Amino acid sequence: MSSADADLIRQPASVLAAAICDGEVSSVEVTQAHLARIAEVDGRVHAFLEVTAEAALETAHLVDEKRKSGANLGVLAGVPIAVKDVLTMRGVPTTCGSRILEGWRPPYDSTVVARLRAADMVILGKTNMDEFAMGSSTEHSAYGPTHNPWDLERIPGGSGGGSAASLAAFEAPLAIGTDTGGSIRQPAAVTGTVGVKPTYGGVSRYGLVALASSLDQAGPCARSVMDAALLHSVIAGHDPRDSTSIDAPVPDVVAAAARGDVRGLRIGLVKELSGDGYQPGVLQRFNEAVEILQGLGAKVVEVSCPNFDYALGAYYLILPSEASSNLARFDGMRYGLRVGDDGSNSVEQVMSLSREAGFGAEAKRRIMLGTYALSSGYYDAYYGQAQKVRTLITRDFTAAFTKADVLISPTAPTTAFKIGEKVDDPLAMYLNDIATIPVNLAGNCAMSLPVGLSPADGLPVGLQIMAPPMADDRLYLVGSALESALTDKWGHLLIEEVPNL
Amino acid sequence: MSTNHETVPFEEAMTRYEPIIGLEVHVELGTNSKMFCSCATAFGAAPNTQVCPVCLGLPGSMPVLNRVAVESTIRIGLALNCDIATWCRFARKNYFYPDMPKDYQVSQYDEPLCTNGWLDVTVATDAGPQVVRVEIERVHMEEDTGKLTHSGGATGRIHGADYSLVDYNRAGIPLIEIVTKTVVGTGALAPAVARAYVTELRDVMRALGVSDVRMEEGSLRCDANLSLNKPGEGWGTRSETKNVNSLRSVERAVYSEIERQAAVLDSGGRVIQETRHFHEDTGRSTSGRSKEQAEDYRYFPEPDLVPIAPSRTWVEELRATLPEVPSVKRARLQSTWGINEFELATLVNAGAVELVEASIAAGVDAAAARKWWTGELLRVANERGVELAELPVTVSQIARVEALIADGSLNDKLARQVFEGVLAGEGDVDVVIAERGLAVVSDDGALLAAIDEALAAQPDVAEKIKSGKIQAAGAIVGAVMKTTNGQADAAKVRALLLDRLGVSE
Amino acid sequence: MTAITREEVAHLAKLARLDLSATELDHYAEQLDVILQSVARISEVAADGIPPTSHPVPVENVFRDDIAKPGLDRAEVFAAAPATEDDRFRVPRILDEEEA
Ligand SMILES: [Mg+2]
Ligand SMILES: [Zn+2]
Repeated sequence: MSSADADLIRQPASVLAAAICDGEVSSVEVTQAHLARIAEVDGRVHAFLEVTAEAALETAHLVDEKRKSGANLGVLAGVPIAVKDVLTMRGVPTTCGSRILEGWRPPYDSTVVARLRAADMVILGKTNMDEFAMGSSTEHSAYGPTHNPWDLERIPGGSGGGSAASLAAFEAPLAIGTDTGGSIRQPAAVTGTVGVKPTYGGVSRYGLVALASSLDQAGPCARSVMDAALLHSVIAGHDPRDSTSIDAPVPDVVAAAARGDVRGLRIGLVKELSGDGYQPGVLQRFNEAVEILQGLGAKVVEVSCPNFDYALGAYYLILPSEASSNLARFDGMRYGLRVGDDGSNSVEQVMSLSREAGFGAEAKRRIMLGTYALSSGYYDAYYGQAQKVRTLITRDFTAAFTKADVLISPTAPTTAFKIGEKVDDPLAMYLNDIATIPVNLAGNCAMSLPVGLSPADGLPVGLQIMAPPMADDRLYLVGSALESALTDKWGHLLIEEVPNL
Repeated sequence: MSTNHETVPFEEAMTRYEPIIGLEVHVELGTNSKMFCSCATAFGAAPNTQVCPVCLGLPGSMPVLNRVAVESTIRIGLALNCDIATWCRFARKNYFYPDMPKDYQVSQYDEPLCTNGWLDVTVATDAGPQVVRVEIERVHMEEDTGKLTHSGGATGRIHGADYSLVDYNRAGIPLIEIVTKTVVGTGALAPAVARAYVTELRDVMRALGVSDVRMEEGSLRCDANLSLNKPGEGWGTRSETKNVNSLRSVERAVYSEIERQAAVLDSGGRVIQETRHFHEDTGRSTSGRSKEQAEDYRYFPEPDLVPIAPSRTWVEELRATLPEVPSVKRARLQSTWGINEFELATLVNAGAVELVEASIAAGVDAAAARKWWTGELLRVANERGVELAELPVTVSQIARVEALIADGSLNDKLARQVFEGVLAGEGDVDVVIAERGLAVVSDDGALLAAIDEALAAQPDVAEKIKSGKIQAAGAIVGAVMKTTNGQADAAKVRALLLDRLGVSE
Repeated sequence: MTAITREEVAHLAKLARLDLSATELDHYAEQLDVILQSVARISEVAADGIPPTSHPVPVENVFRDDIAKPGLDRAEVFAAAPATEDDRFRVPRILDEEEA
């Protein structure tokens, strides 16, 4: 890799976009630099399941032509991006990290992918993930784990570990993630990057292979708050193909990121999201960040959300229930893996053999759990009760947002743990998402951004900002202010401290 | 597979048991596009050509509800005297089957759009027509499944097949399920009530214009639930008979199931809760999958769709679009047209009611309008295997022909030939008349010559008439009509003949 | 909430169309039990009279116009199918041996 390339891959997306727009560098050059980086390091990181080099260069070339002809280009035109393998992309394998979809080439684009294309962005490929987004470590991918660029022995978070790792490894300046219970934010936290779960309904789910329909949301992954805002503005907005999509203007997240101001803002510390179970190093960096916010003129108040204690329980009933239904279609009849069709087996047997062979342990565990929670006789006690708890959690948020404009907490209770450490201890694994889950249950929005390295292990710590539904701009207002203060302190973004691969 | 052919004759069964029926009717709505996607719904398209990511259940696809499907359902609910929900949701009914692309059906479960209605139906009894009120439990929306065909084995049926083939064109077509409450106390009328109900429902759908309700194409499907109980005892176990594909079969299915269950109960056995398949050829049913090990459908609210909350304004707007209820309309027509029930039934069965109405509105005499549509034209429609309305004959053409008959330019026989020409595509009424030279011979001289010729050929008949046997005149009139190729006015020939012979009526 | 039995796990596996091995049945019986016990805490929450939340954002009455549009190219759809025949998806026989 040339030094020019090495320079290109470390640039923020906003800088690359401006340079491409001004003709200082071509999209083809930028794309080639990232493809070269992928070729160089992805054997060790394994962020990508599929690299669409040829198509990427073709798009980059077209964008350059378009620019030369003086055509109007979007703010991120020509900038490369990695897409989590849970979003369909016409003609490109979409596996969701599962054996059951190995080699499946969707005949259609998801709305998010269509918007990236319409914005002249260059899609580099599809990133690794826990199978069907079930997990917090990317170890539950049928295609092997992704490694955290901060320490290749450690997990990059999950389920969107591939997207987060691709940013931290400088393989892509931007990525798309999806967040059902923290799958954008927790990987961002453990890789020292920025991740946003937009308001539910803010970004179209059309073409997002559903894990839990009432919780899933796609969002931007980036190395800086401004880059995330730019990507957010590209993918968000009403989509008539998603009935749950919100038909209202997208909050001006870019302006908010540019302003970055917390003066007079009330910031609520959620009592239930700290203390026991949170590593001291995580709490230390979190508390320092709170002080910085106060120093910037924010009013910090403590709020209590008592029902958050039940969020994990409600989540692990609602998610598996919806997932058990969403994953039923993977039956080997119309697409995907088919096993045992030798004439001796009935359709029921072939479906069962295919699903048995195609799904991994975590997917099966959750399908079984969801099948149980929905079955007659248990529905009221489990699913029904979980949906009521969901109402109570939403009420807790509503009450808290009368006292504070945004809420904050550590994003994850720990820094990145070792690969293999929790892989067959589901309860320990589920605890990773304890702070991120309430937001998904209530449908509001949240961001994770890096606030330093834990003194205990030198690994990144993330801070979560939560805002009310359709107040996504507040995330960027606060995130950007905090990021500037930290960058001033460190002299650079935290990501600059990631070891050389 | 148990096939119990033991039966007790119906009349005998009725002496010991009381039948309780319940009917579930599925109606495919005649929307342009499917329930949750924009795929076309045309019947008979090449397999798997009306499919998209949504109705194929491809990963990532999402449903968006068809507004017209909702409006049609509300209109059906209103026509069936139902309450319309103020807020309701779809649910997922989870079960695996290869004709169902997502392995769950999007349906309404505990929150149907319409509830608590009724429909009055009339059945013939020895004591005259009797009105039975069938109460309706619910009207809800759901999506249709794909179509399976079975390959290998001897019969092309699911049993013994080596494998099956799936066409998903039908998957996702909007279906309305109309479920009755249990209908009790109908006794031996139960089979007739079942048939009358489905017939009436079909007419309501047709009047609403929401479906083409063709049982043979599956756009109206009926499942008949039946149980028997001994008077004074609790209700028996019910069976559900499917694959009932014609109105006649609805009646036969209930009839034969009464005979079968009576035999089971008589022999001390117990009726199994099961699905049975009706066979058109034998008029009997065979056992399908037993429901004793009940499926667990794991219903839960469909998270990919948002609730429907029809405003009362919208509901009232839809109510304003309702046509006259078929039973009310029939009573009105019967009295204004002065016809009996049998004649009306003929019109209804022929699908001729609207056509006759329109013809009358165009100035045609009521009796003449009925005569044309249920006579000659119906015969041709049946011959061609099409609906009456599909014939290339218009209401204004009937009016034109009738006007020509009235002014004596055409007679009945010639009019028939005019329609023959119109149906053969020879052109409009006047073109056919001109091309075929169809005009009544009104020249008295020519007619008198023909009369004289006929009298000369049949002198004995002439004598009979002269002696007062006027009924014998028919033979001479017939002969004259023959020589004029039917282009004479028979009444006029008769008058001229009698005048010629100096006889009066 | 009672402990989940191996038989229940087997029944669930059948409902979910998973041909689990004997080892898996034991493993999941144990793990589901642990998970269910931990999530069962939610039953402590007194939620009588609390409406359930099925949709996180209160959107209602989302409809599309009834306009038909062309669908997918059949060849592209069939390219991803495990088996097709006669322009249809081919699937194994529906009934089990004993039912057939
Ligand atoms: Mg149904
Ligand atoms: Zn479709």
